[in-house]
Amino acid sequence: MAKHHVSATVNGDAVEFLCESEQTLLDCLRDELDLTGAKEGCSSGDCGACSVMVDGRLVCSCLVLGVEASGKSIETIEGLSDGEKLHPLQQKFLEHAALQCGICTPGFLVASKALLEKHPNPTETEIRYWLAGNLCRCTGYDKIIRAVIDAAAEMRGA
Amino acid sequence: MTATGIGASVRRTEDHRFITGKGQYVDDINRPGQSYAVFVRSPHAHATLKKIDISAAEKAPGVLGIYTGDDLAADKVGGLICGWLIHSKDGSPMKAGAHPALAQGKVRYVGDHVAVVIAETLAEARDAAELVAVDYDVLAPCVDLAKAQANGQPQVHAEAPNNTVYAWHLGDKAAVDAAFAQAKHVTKIDLVNNRLIPNAMEPRAAIGEYDTGQGGFTLYTTSQNPHVARLVLSAFNGIAPENKLRVIAPDVGGGFGSKIFIYAEETVCIWAAKKVGRPVKWTADRTEAFLSDAHGRDHVTTAELAMDADGKILALRANTKANLGAYLSTFASSVPTYLYAPLLSGQYNIPAIYCEVDGVYTNTAPVDAYRGAGRPEATFVVERLVEVAARQLGTDPAEFRRKNFITSFPHETPVIMTYDTGDYDASMRKALEMADYANIGKRKAESAKQGKLRGVGFSAYIEACGIAPSKAVGSLGAGVGLWESAEVRVNPVGTVEVLTGSHSHGQGHETTFAQLVSHRLGIPIEQISIVHGDTDKVQMGMGTYGSRSGAVGMSAISKALDKVVAKATKVASRCMEVPETEVDFTDGVFSGRGTNKSMAFGEVALQAYVAHKFDSSEIEPGLKEGAFYDPKNFTFPSGVHIAEVEVDPETGVTRIDRWTAVDDFGILINPMIVEGQVHGGIAQGIGQAMLENAVYDANGQLLTASYMDYCMPRADDLPSFDVAMTTTACPSNPLGIKGCGEAGAIAAPAALINAITDAIGHENLAMPATPQTVWRAVQKAPSKMAAE
Repeated sequence: MAKHHVSATVNGDAVEFLCESEQTLLDCLRDELDLTGAKEGCSSGDCGACSVMVDGRLVCSCLVLGVEASGKSIETIEGLSDGEKLHPLQQKFLEHAALQCGICTPGFLVASKALLEKHPNPTETEIRYWLAGNLCRCTGYDKIIRAVIDAAAEMRGA
Repeated sequence: MTATGIGASVRRTEDHRFITGKGQYVDDINRPGQSYAVFVRSPHAHATLKKIDISAAEKAPGVLGIYTGDDLAADKVGGLICGWLIHSKDGSPMKAGAHPALAQGKVRYVGDHVAVVIAETLAEARDAAELVAVDYDVLAPCVDLAKAQANGQPQVHAEAPNNTVYAWHLGDKAAVDAAFAQAKHVTKIDLVNNRLIPNAMEPRAAIGEYDTGQGGFTLYTTSQNPHVARLVLSAFNGIAPENKLRVIAPDVGGGFGSKIFIYAEETVCIWAAKKVGRPVKWTADRTEAFLSDAHGRDHVTTAELAMDADGKILALRANTKANLGAYLSTFASSVPTYLYAPLLSGQYNIPAIYCEVDGVYTNTAPVDAYRGAGRPEATFVVERLVEVAARQLGTDPAEFRRKNFITSFPHETPVIMTYDTGDYDASMRKALEMADYANIGKRKAESAKQGKLRGVGFSAYIEACGIAPSKAVGSLGAGVGLWESAEVRVNPVGTVEVLTGSHSHGQGHETTFAQLVSHRLGIPIEQISIVHGDTDKVQMGMGTYGSRSGAVGMSAISKALDKVVAKATKVASRCMEVPETEVDFTDGVFSGRGTNKSMAFGEVALQAYVAHKFDSSEIEPGLKEGAFYDPKNFTFPSGVHIAEVEVDPETGVTRIDRWTAVDDFGILINPMIVEGQVHGGIAQGIGQAMLENAVYDANGQLLTASYMDYCMPRADDLPSFDVAMTTTACPSNPLGIKGCGEAGAIAAPAALINAITDAIGHENLAMPATPQTVWRAVQKAPSKMAAE
């Protein structure tokens, strides 16, 4: 069967790619667009490692078909920093050592950004519940929570 | 020292690539012409393979090759090995069945590897795998560990009668029996150390590649120890000689032990790359990871503690059945034996200990090392025993522990360990203060007013890390030496590359190892690169597990740095025309004592390569040194964790109110990184104690093979952690490091179960202590029974 032609916006750039019907958005980002920052951790929407934004909404890209991205605006970890300038969340993850092996980190950063866009001043409990969709096996979450609290404060001040 | 030296909480240099999505994990790598492998796995726990019909699958679109165990056998590919030979108490060697990478004759667990299908695309490989028709003669499985050794049970391997791989023991049985005979009080408990599935967030993956021009293989793999993988694939599986086999473990997304082992999939991918003449990629999906990654723990134990009239411990006795699964994984045999029983003395002066361990086959996934590996199981036994004993004697559990702590070092335990140093009481005192233990009574009363049950639990753990002196482990049956290697290459401009046999998969080696170099050579951390995970770059290494990379890996770097400084001193002496004995090296500058002559480290490096100012018959040009470091002893990190919980007796829900950890890891290189290691370990320990459980049904089907069924700790399940350190430097290695990677996972389960049992007033509480389990236990508690 012929592949589908998909036009979308990814991290602000217009992109086009061909995909099979069954390919997920995650597959398309990784295999067709060479954006490997989003990871496949479970393929069932339970770990959040594949988190991206689609038209401003946080989604697990493993549960979205590539063809569904047509005409949509996708934001991934690769678009989080402003060129060389890190996003405050990235900066705070660095300062707090809020990551270890790094495989879940892109998902946490994207999910945290989505949180702070909705709730600029979340409580620790709110952060813990929001990020409960993202699994991390290394950190025990403590430093991630600290980093998000710290980034939120900085972003409110900025 | 420099601002980036030992003891500084330097930001992790590896993190920039991870936070920008630029990490390079195996699944992020694609090779030109790559094909995809999918494994046909057994849906049965135990069956005879009557026939594998690949005729329909072979004709499916895109298929490049389909292989079974017969093809591996025809190519004389060796089976998977277990690298530690355990002897039973009767002196006989362990009884292990063969472990072919693709099943031959029989399948022995759900997920066992029957065939591999390699195709142009992953979708085509999956579709073709569906067409492989396997005719199974289903056999009754042996699933229940407690019954597996009984007569008449299904036999997993003919080589191991009654499914018993070994019946091993350690310690002095007669002395223990005598001590128990004299005891004034005996505490006896039955424990299950629940089975866990490691769940590194990166599933295992492999790309095998064969270069027909060079005649060499390359394997990209998710490994904690790529050199050991190369050694095994070469020497035992016979893939290729080591000089024709390159193993690359790039960024690896967590291991926790599960990526130490040499598995079937990686072995098959590298072998098949030559068969199909294309790179072969395989990435586990999460259910494959649940089914076929080596699991952890799974012990059933009865343990007893004997005490005198004053509450002094006289002896400890333990009998453990350890589930090893259907095949012996790479280090499976050592985990419930030499990584377990030698830790049964805990932090206590126990004159006599005797432990029996039966290693048992069942029709379940192989069980091997998982974070802590044997030591969490030992700590759970000791710390539950001690806590229950204190409660039975009516003694404060903290005071009971303090009364029995080892206080003088070195201390020889009755179970082959010589503890080198520690100050257990210092950790306990600090933890009691941080946890505000003095006011626990008030807080319990406050909770009671709200209808809640508050409890506090201790875990004063010890672990043996820095594994291990090669000669010692060799005498105990290890198939390899457990040294580590390092090479320090100083470039002519004074930048430094360190090649290490350790492997980082989250531990932050690129930062901490560079801190050591920065400290010793007085150069900024930006000028230092750490190279690991590639057998073409690093000559040999033993890898990262057992909290050994600081104590052993960094000691090797330290030894190589000694040689670099010694040689650079010679070069500087000739350049400055000052006798070697009068050359000082401080903060990155060589200076002639009593002169105004000095040279920066970078200048000396340049002179070493230019070689104009010394006689090269006396000093070789260049500045590059290597070292192999073999540890002199294990290291013995220790500490005290205190969990405080509040249980709602109506729902069984346990809330962790506070978690205090005071650990002694010896000298810290980067306290921020160490703290993170402690946090992660505690999270896994809490996971074991409250959430996680690998469950097989009576047919051997894994019921917990997805994140919907296996409960991983999430951000809303966990508290923040109050972590502090005490320090006694490790005397057996040059840096005084003990290791910190496993402590949390070792300490946490006992602390949490001790806290919940304190709250509910009932000792019989299984892990994981889910709300349902806790609620049921609450119904059986004496206070509840009395009220009704």
